[in-house]
This record gives sequence, C-alpha cells and structure tokens, in this order.
Amino acid sequence: MQSSPSQMDFTFAALADPTRRAILVRLASGEASVKELAKPFAMSQPAVSKHLKVLERAGLITRGLDAQRRPRRIQGKGLGAATEWLQQFREFWDGSFRRLDDLLEEMKAAEKKKERRKRVRKES
Amino acid sequence: MRNTGTLQVTLKNDCEVALTRVFEAPRAMVFEAMTKPELLKRWMGPRGWSLIVSEIDLRVGGRWRSVLRSPEGKKMGMSGVYREIDPPERIVSTEAYDDYAGETVNTLLLREENGKTTFTCTILYPSKDARDAVIASGMEHGAAECYDRLAEVLDARAGLSLESRA
Repeated sequence: MQSSPSQMDFTFAALADPTRRAILVRLASGEASVKELAKPFAMSQPAVSKHLKVLERAGLITRGLDAQRRPRRIQGKGLGAATEWLQQFREFWDGSFRRLDDLLEEMKAAEKKKERRKRVRKES
Repeated sequence: MRNTGTLQVTLKNDCEVALTRVFEAPRAMVFEAMTKPELLKRWMGPRGWSLIVSEIDLRVGGRWRSVLRSPEGKKMGMSGVYREIDPPERIVSTEAYDDYAGETVNTLLLREENGKTTFTCTILYPSKDARDAVIASGMEHGAAECYDRLAEVLDARAGLSLESRA
C-alpha cells in the first residue's frame, strides 16, 4: 500500500458522491465518452465533465486514446484501497448475516410452538 | 426458502459507511439476536470465525466487548460504550479494536414493515486519519486488484435518483 493520505482523500471525496459512483459503475462495464455518459444520466455534458474531472484528479479514471471521442475508462489502481476496504465490510457482515437468518428462522419456529402450546392450554 | 436479503455497503461521505440488510423477522426478534451474548455467539463472524467472548451491559454508559477467533486461531478483540439505547429500534455505541487506534461511532437502526426488519448501521470514523489507519491495517494482506465486484461494492442504487445504468 503506497497510496498517501492525500491521494486517499481525493479518492474518498470522489467516491462520496452518488452520481460519480454511478458513473464509475457505468465505466466498469466499458469505456464511454462524455456524450455517452451524459445521456443515461440525463445530465448536461458540462455537468458530466465536472464530475469526470474530480474522478480524474482522484486517479479513478483515465482518458482513452481516441482523440475524437476522448473516452473515459476506469483506472483500477486508484480504486484498490477504497474498494478493498468496503469489500472487507461486505465479507464480514454478509457471512454473519447469513447465519443470523438461520437463527431468526429458529427463533420464529420456537415462538410459534410456544404460542400453539399456550392456545392448547387455554382451550383445554 | 431462506431470507434472500442482500447486504448493501455504501460510502455515505468521506468518513461514514452504511450497511443495510433486510431480515425476514420482526424487529424485536432481530434486536434480541443482536443484543444477547448467547444469541450473538451463534451468528457473529464470517464463515469459519467464531465469537468466543461476548459481554454486553446494555444501558447508557455500559460497556460491550467481543473477541472473535479466525479459522487459523488469530484473535481479534473489540469493545466500546453504549451512548443511546432505544429498544427495539436504535442503539448508538462506540467501537474500538484492541489492535488498531481510532474509535468509530456506530448507529444501529431497525425499522419494521410487514413483519420484515430493515437493519441499517452507519459507522462514523472520527477523522480521515483514523479512517486511513484502519484501511492501511486492513491492507496488510495486499490490495486486491479485483474490480469485477465494483458495481456491487459501490452500490449505485443507494441514494441515487438516476434511473439508467445501461
């Protein structure tokens, strides 16, 4: 891990915005030009360009070689630390919560049994 | 058919992460499962890990402590203090790891609708430095260069009004 705190700050500031996250998700499935990005997001091209500039400064995207379209593409290196961090949350809690699902099923079944017994007692 | 709830992990801002998950159970039950040591021991920890110590003094100012053991036998301890408790809806507590500096403030919220419970936990880091320290310590095993799961991690649905991702 050689990413300095200031670089990390840029990364997080860039990732903290939902529109920019959506743009990254879009770019994760392939490069796109400013025009191509503006369309599905129902945003003006200057507005998209502003977001792209932030992403670029954060090292999250780069520009492709095609001089006409200037397609943006995702830059893996910049994302490493941040996504790895979030992925750790996911791994820890996803596994735990699957086990909690099973426990809750058990608790629900136990509760039903208790209620049934109570009802039987009342009726008799 | 078990609950097919999926966990959402969202970066709320520079220093705050939110976890969201739906459980197929009333919230009083979820609250109980999350606050009783004997129940916590049955689910807390990813596959292969086990919660070997769970102490909970569930009152404002009371302390909690957990120790998890990895499949390789490595122990990870954490503890904190309860700041707000409003059963079965809300708990605000602090959390600090034995091995890492920095304390987070975690807010747990349970909302019930039609017998299902939506769990949200926001984890607030006190500063960017603290956040970076935690990230750096988690990076010891090397940065994973895997971006296939990017869409999953940076869940664009949360807080996003934009319809199209195509």
